[in-house]
Amino acid sequence: MIPDEYGIFTAEVPLNQLYRVVHFLFKDPALEFNFLTDICGVHYPDDAGRELAVVYHLQSMRHNTRTRLKVFVPITKPEVPSLTGIYASANWMERETYDFYGVQFLGHPDLRRILNMDEMVDFPLRKEFPLEDPLREDKKDYHFGR
Amino acid sequence: MKTNLEFTAEFHQPDIPDIPYNTLNLGPTHPATHGIFQNVLKLDGERIVSGEQTIGYIHRAFEKIAERRPFYQITPLTDRLNYCSAPINNTGWYLTVEKLLGLKVPKRVDYMRVMVMELARVADHLICNSILGVDTGALTGFTYVYQYREKIYEIYEEICGARLTTNMGRIGGFERDFNPRVFELTRKFLQEFPPVWREFENLLTRNRIFMDRTIGTGGLGVERALNYGFTGPNLRACGIDYDLRTAEPYCSYEDFKFDVPVGTTGDTYDRYVVRNEEIWQSLSLIEQAIKKIEAEPPGVYHADADHYYLPPKQEVYKNMEALIYHFKIIMGEIDAPVGEVYQAVEGANGELGFYLISDGGRTPYRLHFRRPCFIYYQAYPEMVKGQMLSDAIVVMSSLNVIAGELDA
Repeated sequence: MIPDEYGIFTAEVPLNQLYRVVHFLFKDPALEFNFLTDICGVHYPDDAGRELAVVYHLQSMRHNTRTRLKVFVPITKPEVPSLTGIYASANWMERETYDFYGVQFLGHPDLRRILNMDEMVDFPLRKEFPLEDPLREDKKDYHFGR
Repeated sequence: MKTNLEFTAEFHQPDIPDIPYNTLNLGPTHPATHGIFQNVLKLDGERIVSGEQTIGYIHRAFEKIAERRPFYQITPLTDRLNYCSAPINNTGWYLTVEKLLGLKVPKRVDYMRVMVMELARVADHLICNSILGVDTGALTGFTYVYQYREKIYEIYEEICGARLTTNMGRIGGFERDFNPRVFELTRKFLQEFPPVWREFENLLTRNRIFMDRTIGTGGLGVERALNYGFTGPNLRACGIDYDLRTAEPYCSYEDFKFDVPVGTTGDTYDRYVVRNEEIWQSLSLIEQAIKKIEAEPPGVYHADADHYYLPPKQEVYKNMEALIYHFKIIMGEIDAPVGEVYQAVEGANGELGFYLISDGGRTPYRLHFRRPCFIYYQAYPEMVKGQMLSDAIVVMSSLNVIAGELDA
């Protein structure tokens, strides 16, 4: 595997191949990625048609290697296959990603919010969700000559 | 026509719904559940049939806040993840940024970091194991060893001025050099603590009641533990020799000699024993680190990187260059390179990972914390299934779930 400049092999996977690729990495005896380190979402609002990314960090405990997989989905139809059938740990990580980005994990047994309250309607880590009052004037970049 | 007697007989039909199991809310007000975890357990008598957790809503949106902050100002957020061992989190964050910037720190800084991180690990395991004693009914051990956490905090205080949320160090090194009092206090700690810890072990490790309460409870097979994403002492208790300090060494851990203790069955007792052994290993690591620090040329406590290392305050008062860099760094004027970095450190209860996406701006585009507690706490219902109700408390306690890390 060829790592990127920071030491982890990174690949973008087509959405319809994701489950098959992860399952292959999990099962193949030469690779044996038996450990799901992390799932998280990223929002790229300017990238039309692929606004939401889901990033998977996989790890092989036996061979001590890591890899990073990414899938991109449009924000209008954010549907990604769930990995709960392969890794039990994917359950809460996917719930967290759903909670913050609104990614629908197809096949997830119990897709609910986990860190925010159930009545919430926003997906707070998307870029359009303001962190502070947008009308506030004292933190604008031009105040600092940027 | 119904008689009055018939009517009352019909009215008094016992209307007991057919519920085979009792439901019990374990927490959030139980002392072992830290005030936020609610476990809805279904009980058959005193035996747990199934459980479901809610992890509370202390969510503080660290990841969102981090998107508006320059890199230095994210350190206080990492303090509050696992507040029992804040220096490990701080160092993990600095390592992430250093990896992004391509900074190399001197060996002496690495050894200083190792010393601080191992002190933090001792403090964390100390609390976990002594609280495990409390949850089985042995308060004495806890009150006895708790003062030694305070001694560790005094060392932190000497290094950086803070005790719990340390905010220790800088990107590229430390804020200032360790003064002689730090080494003096650490040596004193290394002398005074082992006999006390030995005594604590004598109190619990071969204690009949403690063994009965912990052996064979809360175990999870190796395969399930891996599948559930266990790391750290909880995984090593299952018998997997995986430690980031040896598997992917950071901070020059490869220069040290230490063992990675592993258990066999992964039950509560094994987790306790693994943590105990890790404390001994950490004490040896601290001792080695002090020797190595003293063997290195003195006075080197940061990397030679003006653009990223925040200059010491004394310099800022006297030196114009330092003042300019201080201002530029604090205001986030110096941009980071574009890149994606994943850096993990062996936190006190597992792999603490930082996934940082930088778009070249002054703040991270996206920052994700991989919190070990959040990932393995979901295995809890499976671990207590079929156990007694009293085991549920002990299992939760030995998992070392820290609320701050669960809800980042």
